[in-house]
Amino acid sequence: MLNFKIERTPAPRWAVVVIPIVAVLVTFLLCSILVLMAGANPFAAFYNFIVTPLSSQVSALEVLVKSTPLILTGMAVTFAFTAGYFNIGAEGQLYAGAIAATWVGITFTNLPGIVMIPLMVVAGFAGGVLWALIPALLKVKLKVDEVVTTLLMNSIIMFFVSFLLNGPWRSPVSGWPQSAEISDAAHFARLFPKSRLHIGFIIALLVVVIVYILIKRTPLGLKMRASGASLTGAQFAGIDTTRTMLIAALVSGGIAGLAGAVEIGGIHFHLIESISNGFGYTGIIVATLGSLHPIGATIAAMFIGLIGTGSQTVSRVLGVPVYLGDVVQNTLLLVTLAMFLLQNYRIKRV
Amino acid sequence: MYAVEMLGITKQFGNVLASDNVHFCLEKGEIHALLGENGAGKTTLMRILYGLYKADAGEIFIDGQKVEVTSPKQAIQAGIGMVTQHFTLVPTLTVAENIVLGYHDKHTVSKSEIEAKVKQASEKYGIHVEPAALVRQLSVGERQRVEILKALYRNARILIMDEPTAVLVPQEVDVLFESLLRLVKSGLSVIFISHKLHEVMAVCDRITVLRNGHVTGTVRKDETTQQDLANMMVGRETFGVSRQAKRETGKVIYTVKNLSANNKQGLPTLKDVSFEVHAGEILGVAGVSGNGQTELTQVLTGTLKPTEGSVSLGQVDLTQADPHAITEAGVGRTPEDRHEGSIGSLSVAENLALEDLDQFIHNGLLDQAAITENAKKYIDEFQIKASPSDQLRKLSGGNMQKVILARALCRKPKLVIASQPTRGLDVGATEYVRNKLLAERDRGAGVVLLSEDLDEIIALSDRIAVIYEGCIRGIIPTADATAEKLGMMMAGAC
Amino acid sequence: MDTFLVGLIAATLRVATPLIFGTLGELFCERAGILNLGIEGTMFFGAFTGFAVAATSGSVWLGLLAALLSGALAGLLMSLFSVKLGVNQHVSGLGITLLLTALSLYGFRLIFGESQVNPSIEGFKQLSIFSGSPILGPIFSQYLLTYIAIALIPVVGWVIYKTNLGLQIRAVGENPEATDAAGLNVVRLRTLALVIGGSLMAVGGAFLSIAQLGSFTFGIIAGRGWVCIALIIFANWQPNKVLWGALLFGGVSALQLRLQGMGFKLPYEVFLALPYIVTIIALTIGGRNAQAPAAMLKPYRRE
Repeated sequence: MLNFKIERTPAPRWAVVVIPIVAVLVTFLLCSILVLMAGANPFAAFYNFIVTPLSSQVSALEVLVKSTPLILTGMAVTFAFTAGYFNIGAEGQLYAGAIAATWVGITFTNLPGIVMIPLMVVAGFAGGVLWALIPALLKVKLKVDEVVTTLLMNSIIMFFVSFLLNGPWRSPVSGWPQSAEISDAAHFARLFPKSRLHIGFIIALLVVVIVYILIKRTPLGLKMRASGASLTGAQFAGIDTTRTMLIAALVSGGIAGLAGAVEIGGIHFHLIESISNGFGYTGIIVATLGSLHPIGATIAAMFIGLIGTGSQTVSRVLGVPVYLGDVVQNTLLLVTLAMFLLQNYRIKRV
Repeated sequence: MYAVEMLGITKQFGNVLASDNVHFCLEKGEIHALLGENGAGKTTLMRILYGLYKADAGEIFIDGQKVEVTSPKQAIQAGIGMVTQHFTLVPTLTVAENIVLGYHDKHTVSKSEIEAKVKQASEKYGIHVEPAALVRQLSVGERQRVEILKALYRNARILIMDEPTAVLVPQEVDVLFESLLRLVKSGLSVIFISHKLHEVMAVCDRITVLRNGHVTGTVRKDETTQQDLANMMVGRETFGVSRQAKRETGKVIYTVKNLSANNKQGLPTLKDVSFEVHAGEILGVAGVSGNGQTELTQVLTGTLKPTEGSVSLGQVDLTQADPHAITEAGVGRTPEDRHEGSIGSLSVAENLALEDLDQFIHNGLLDQAAITENAKKYIDEFQIKASPSDQLRKLSGGNMQKVILARALCRKPKLVIASQPTRGLDVGATEYVRNKLLAERDRGAGVVLLSEDLDEIIALSDRIAVIYEGCIRGIIPTADATAEKLGMMMAGAC
Repeated sequence: MDTFLVGLIAATLRVATPLIFGTLGELFCERAGILNLGIEGTMFFGAFTGFAVAATSGSVWLGLLAALLSGALAGLLMSLFSVKLGVNQHVSGLGITLLLTALSLYGFRLIFGESQVNPSIEGFKQLSIFSGSPILGPIFSQYLLTYIAIALIPVVGWVIYKTNLGLQIRAVGENPEATDAAGLNVVRLRTLALVIGGSLMAVGGAFLSIAQLGSFTFGIIAGRGWVCIALIIFANWQPNKVLWGALLFGGVSALQLRLQGMGFKLPYEVFLALPYIVTIIALTIGGRNAQAPAAMLKPYRRE
């Protein structure tokens, strides 16, 4: 019987590159079982997940479309988690931003696009900030756990959205639970013909740059990193951790709200209940896969966007339930988490 | 036959060889000291014996039988018990619940039944505990007794005690030694880990000395002297614990008056504390953990607000000041726990800049170059073995403490608050830190030195304040202080 | 007694049932030191598994058993990540919620296809004690699981405070180092707590699909898992106090249905949101003096 010993050693440097690749392979292996249960060919499924979306320009751009809100929620979560504030409420903050942006879009119908777009952006950000305010204050002033409060706030705002769409904002034209359309001027411009990709994507990339600079290069960012790493250490050094965490929580909410505004202005043009497919929670996956680094999170967001685009093809072509995409992305998260931790261990023969 | 034989034990942590081919043997019925400075490998060796660590190589024999101890459960079954410095007790449970935890053969737990059993054991071994008391309400000495009884309750025949006197008042130390000698007469064998030479000579039969992970000698007490032991510990002549010569001090620069505070659980832990510090003096605050030193440090460094009283530096009132304001006023502070008071995941340079970020801001952004330059300056001055971009947590304890010290002293403060500054450091780093504090005093700063190490207090201070149960029991010039006198002050007899 | 009040009390007990199961389940996890954010997904998974097995096998009892096992499995998964691997508990819990939700949705589509009509079954029936009495009759006309839920509360209290296992779970949640040094297996204890907890949570979810509603909808849990997490803080981690929070939330939920029916002019979403808002308020007031198990959220690793 061979004797093995597990010992702890620092991770080798090639791990950063190898781990994501291995994680993807392991994920596909695990999910093959589900594909087989649906009577489809796993290789065909994964081909459709990874390769097919990139095989045409339109489809590749669609990947970017799907990535746009994920980049933003990913940035929102990265920002908050860096400061040690576990913002699980990005989903609700996204909807708050969407509501605010919709309001701007259907109210100020006479303003030109050059004013409307920034206005919607600001409104989206403001909506997110407002919805993040209560849990943030409860946390910093009264030490109430933000994980629970932000989760509850997510539920509450969905009721508000339902109220708006079935009540005062219900479209008089169609009678469906959807709001009126935002004015044409408020539509985010498209970047390419035949593709839905809109300037929201550019906005998202800008946010990545801003978040990167804020975290790595500003005093606020250093204070956030300090507070997130060691609250006592940061307090001892004289940092106002209350203020730092509050700012982080609110900015995080704002960025998530921005995601909502971007989806309204770029994709849907009116408010409906399903503008988000769990983007706020996926943002947490994105941030974690990116190790809380803005660039890493952006890459992760695009990969999840890739899978999301692919899952529709898979569903259409192979008859597999479309939820496979969700299963794949969530399995990927858990596998990657496991590998991040396992990278510190070696199996040695004794 | 030996009670315990550890042969050829080797253990490596990353790049550090914590145990290097160690041979250690414990005779039956003896108290055997494991002596060495901090970081010598004493605790590592015993954690291997107790199953908390797994040795990379070597064998262990208990009563002549080879055993594989891979968990505390097996160690307990082999008759080994361990009492550590960080008590492994659950604060929210009672004494009885803690003692029977993991050693109870029924599925149900009846309060009265376990309390009776514990009382029985307490009387049998002569270790006095209160079975129904909640552990979090106990004093440190009482907790240690619970730990000892816990081991004996599990029929330990071999008891490992890791630095047991570090947290005890001199009177409690006497009680502990008396208990140990009595238990040893009835068949217990004891391994006594310590770095205090005089204690080891007082209570142990044989002594094994470790240095840098290997054994430098095993001797009988009556065949050796403290000087020999010191040589084996550090390989060179150590300076003994010498006192400072009496000197001139300046005027009063720091006044603490009637300071009272509650700890983080809301219990009153500082009661009416008053003292003054002069320029150019070191005021030592002597006391063992749990008596208010922690809270005093927190109040003076700004992380805990007092409920009453005042603190002032010259004309500046610092009573309700936050850490930033205190630093700005000219106070250099070190935290009691260097891991909690610094940010391990940030770099050395970032930690050094953290208290004073304003001077490193340029156009709203951090001036990386200035931060790095600043770090290089202090790395040089304080002989820190690290580069500015190294993560702080990768540094050794000594170097980490130097970074913290550099941060505290870099602005040439008027007052230095040094809390447990040499805790867990090796001899080299300890010497460095102590000399630095003396240098600050010579520069004209006032220093408040809070330390649980009585030898350190006596060696460095000009005056000594004794804190016990939250009150200052007295402040005397060091020239008049002896360990006995300080011990009496700590027990409330002034 | 007014029939409104009687009906309200009866409804409150019904609505509180999944909350009691979920909260008791989460209580085991948290007392052992694990914040299990997988609860929402576990309840959803339990609801799905219970329904799927009940529908395909024709036996509600089999469905219930399947749900219980699915919860145990979920607990094992959470243990693998947060205990054995030491992954951040927030992230592993959320990851598991997302995964189990996705798996349930996938499984549901796989088994039942995309029909317009929502498949439904004949679930558990209500058991009536005191069927004659006008007051006690309606109140004591509950599903078996509701009676079990209420009876479980003192049982769980007994387990936590009066058994050896409970002592060990409490110890590992407060100080895993001490528990390890006492010779106990921290990983085994925490895993056991998670498995028990997961099973209870899943049964809570199954109650909704195979007892109360008799069908499985995608919004069947609707954030109740998060409410359970809040209810534990509200109960200060003590089993006996779980009932009050569950009744409060259940009461407000039941009330909103009745108020709607009575034609109150406020939009019904306000009433739907009310229980969640009340929970946040309750957390704020009650949460300030809460004493969480000291080692919660900190992974334990021996060198």
